[in-house]
Amino acid sequence: MRNNSPQKTPMPEQSADSRRSNFDEVPLGYTEELAIAEASRCIQCKNGPCVSGCPVEIDIPRFIAKIAEGDFDGAVRVMKEKNLLPAVCGRVCPQEEQCEKVCVLGKRFEPVAIGRLERFVADWEFAKGGEPVIKLPPKTGKRVAIVGSGPAGLTVAGDLIQMGHSATIFEALHEPGGVLVYGIPEFRLPKTIVAREVDYLKKLGVEIVTNFVVGRTKTVDELLEEFDAVFLGTGAGLPWFMFLPGENSKGIYSANEYLTRSNLMKAYRFPEYDTPIVRGERVATIGGGNVAMDAARTAVRLGAKESIIIYRRSREEMPARNEEIEHALEEGVQFQFLTNPVAYHADPEGWVKEIECIRMELGEPDASGRRRPVEIAGSNYRIPIDVAVVAIGNSPNPLISQTTPGLKTTRRGTIEVDQTTGRTTKKGVFAGGDIVTGAATVILAMGAGRIAARSIDKFLETGIW
Amino acid sequence: MNEILLKKSLSEDVKQYIVNAPLIAKKALPGQFVVIRICEIGERIPLTIADSDPEKGTITLIVQEVGKTTRQLGTFAQGQKILDIAGPLGTPSEIENFGTVVMIGGGIGIAPIFPITKAMKAAGNTVISIIGARCADLLFYQDLMTAHSDEVIITTDDGTCGLKGFVTDALDELIQSGRKIDRVVTIGPPIMMKMVSILTKKHGIPTIASLNSIMVDGTGMCGACRVEVGGETKFTCVDGPDFDAHKVDFDLLIHRLDNYTPQEREANSKFCNCTDKKDRG
Repeated sequence: MRNNSPQKTPMPEQSADSRRSNFDEVPLGYTEELAIAEASRCIQCKNGPCVSGCPVEIDIPRFIAKIAEGDFDGAVRVMKEKNLLPAVCGRVCPQEEQCEKVCVLGKRFEPVAIGRLERFVADWEFAKGGEPVIKLPPKTGKRVAIVGSGPAGLTVAGDLIQMGHSATIFEALHEPGGVLVYGIPEFRLPKTIVAREVDYLKKLGVEIVTNFVVGRTKTVDELLEEFDAVFLGTGAGLPWFMFLPGENSKGIYSANEYLTRSNLMKAYRFPEYDTPIVRGERVATIGGGNVAMDAARTAVRLGAKESIIIYRRSREEMPARNEEIEHALEEGVQFQFLTNPVAYHADPEGWVKEIECIRMELGEPDASGRRRPVEIAGSNYRIPIDVAVVAIGNSPNPLISQTTPGLKTTRRGTIEVDQTTGRTTKKGVFAGGDIVTGAATVILAMGAGRIAARSIDKFLETGIW
Repeated sequence: MNEILLKKSLSEDVKQYIVNAPLIAKKALPGQFVVIRICEIGERIPLTIADSDPEKGTITLIVQEVGKTTRQLGTFAQGQKILDIAGPLGTPSEIENFGTVVMIGGGIGIAPIFPITKAMKAAGNTVISIIGARCADLLFYQDLMTAHSDEVIITTDDGTCGLKGFVTDALDELIQSGRKIDRVVTIGPPIMMKMVSILTKKHGIPTIASLNSIMVDGTGMCGACRVEVGGETKFTCVDGPDFDAHKVDFDLLIHRLDNYTPQEREANSKFCNCTDKKDRG
């Protein structure tokens, strides 16, 4: 029976109070009953605009219909036709800007909670256990090397293996998952979830080699001697700093370092785990994106009495997802909008003690269409802090472009590709994800991986470049 | 892969490990390092590749037992595996025939100075090596350094071996003697590198220092290892570890190396307690 509720079925979550002191996941997921209730809100409209709103083209109305019927197994099957990482996507995709944004229901009411349903389906399958539901075609004998095990690389590997090709992923770190394991915190994406999606790919036959730094352990040219094609999905791993006076003082981290220590290395469990992290009492995070929210919320869980986000524009221009901002606010994160750091001040031992900021006002729109923040002269003031996290963005690591002749990069250090095929300027080499676009989202990287996998398949078949 | 094929004590708290790592051995160049993790709960630490044998597929790591991880590694037996080894990382040292080069290794810095010394000699340089330690017991690699140098000067703080004094005293003497020195390469405690740098700057001798910053990933991803060189922020792991010593802000390096001292102490004492209990039990 259709559910006429104008609002999404709420998803149970941990209370703000309890989650401030743990790293467990915040939203708890739908039960079967809640999932059926939410799925029954979908009107199964004729055009299904949500499908075109999805970068990996999941047949959303069909999987939702299966849930509404209580056929969860069927829903899993529909989902896995297009998406091998549903437990990840259901958690970290910005659905409000994609599938849910174009949901017909959303014109008058809240859209169908597609993300929550996707997550439900994935978690239901895992809870049920069992073997992959996918049948693989006969092997083609073609071998593809995939550099980087983040969302782009995992998608390419999953797609290629389903086309009958061999896929070997090379990962520089000791654990596969890329930004899913080093960047996104446990409370937003539990690492067991990433591990089980990766395991699923391994069960399908994807090979994963960790501790292999392409560009150093072997170059792309050397990989091309062993493999028929190479996909580069190494992401945007080079952290930006602002190069302010005092920025290299102790206690000042890049978001990459802060999150890698906490997430990948589990520094939040020090000394049980060996990697240390500085637990500040007053932590300032600079930036307004999802990564800044992750850092500020991590600081709360590491025991900060005050976790302050410093952002140079206003809330309206913040690139972070609304859900993340809300969660941060609930957990007591403070926001200082229209504020920009200009310097850090340290004590004689080199520990950061204060961040000096200047007030900003919004001027004319800039190239991004957002109003440009302009400094208000003489409005400098200082905030006492003991840890700062710089979360203003990342660009691609130059290691691969520097060690691969014939690979063209842009002025921003991203790799040049043909957008429709993911082909680089070097024969047999494809690229996708943040290494091409600069820092973006998990799902866009997966979408790029899908496009590249298709054209890799074509290249392997025809040999035509 | 990653098995410890040979383990040997070089001095009281320094051990040498020859490890099976064929891919890294094939690629390793002087000045490069690996990042290792010894167990599931372990941290990632950088270690210089002190030597490599591409034929045998082995690399040599020399480890001073200063913290929990290095001491725990010290308990590993031959045949045991190091869980993760990634590399070779970092920009290789600049090796060419400069003329006369002075290679200065202090303490555990003797390990990383060795492969560069070997390569400098092979490139046709006249190589004068100065190696120093607090006392004779802490010295190692005298034979290898001698084999790949034209001249070796040994210094110890307490005079138990070689000249009594610091490596800088020996360097100063060399400079005073009028020897033409085209380049100095120095690796050791930051304060030693700083003193060497001050001395050579005064005499206008180009000097390279290899820095030992704290790292996590070792591939340019985190910035834990940032240093200031000529007023610019650099990442030791990818821009270095070798830098123009005259431009390095050594005081900042010294500060940043101190970032986790309390935590290191905590981990270390917890580790001691565990091993003590084990010994008793």
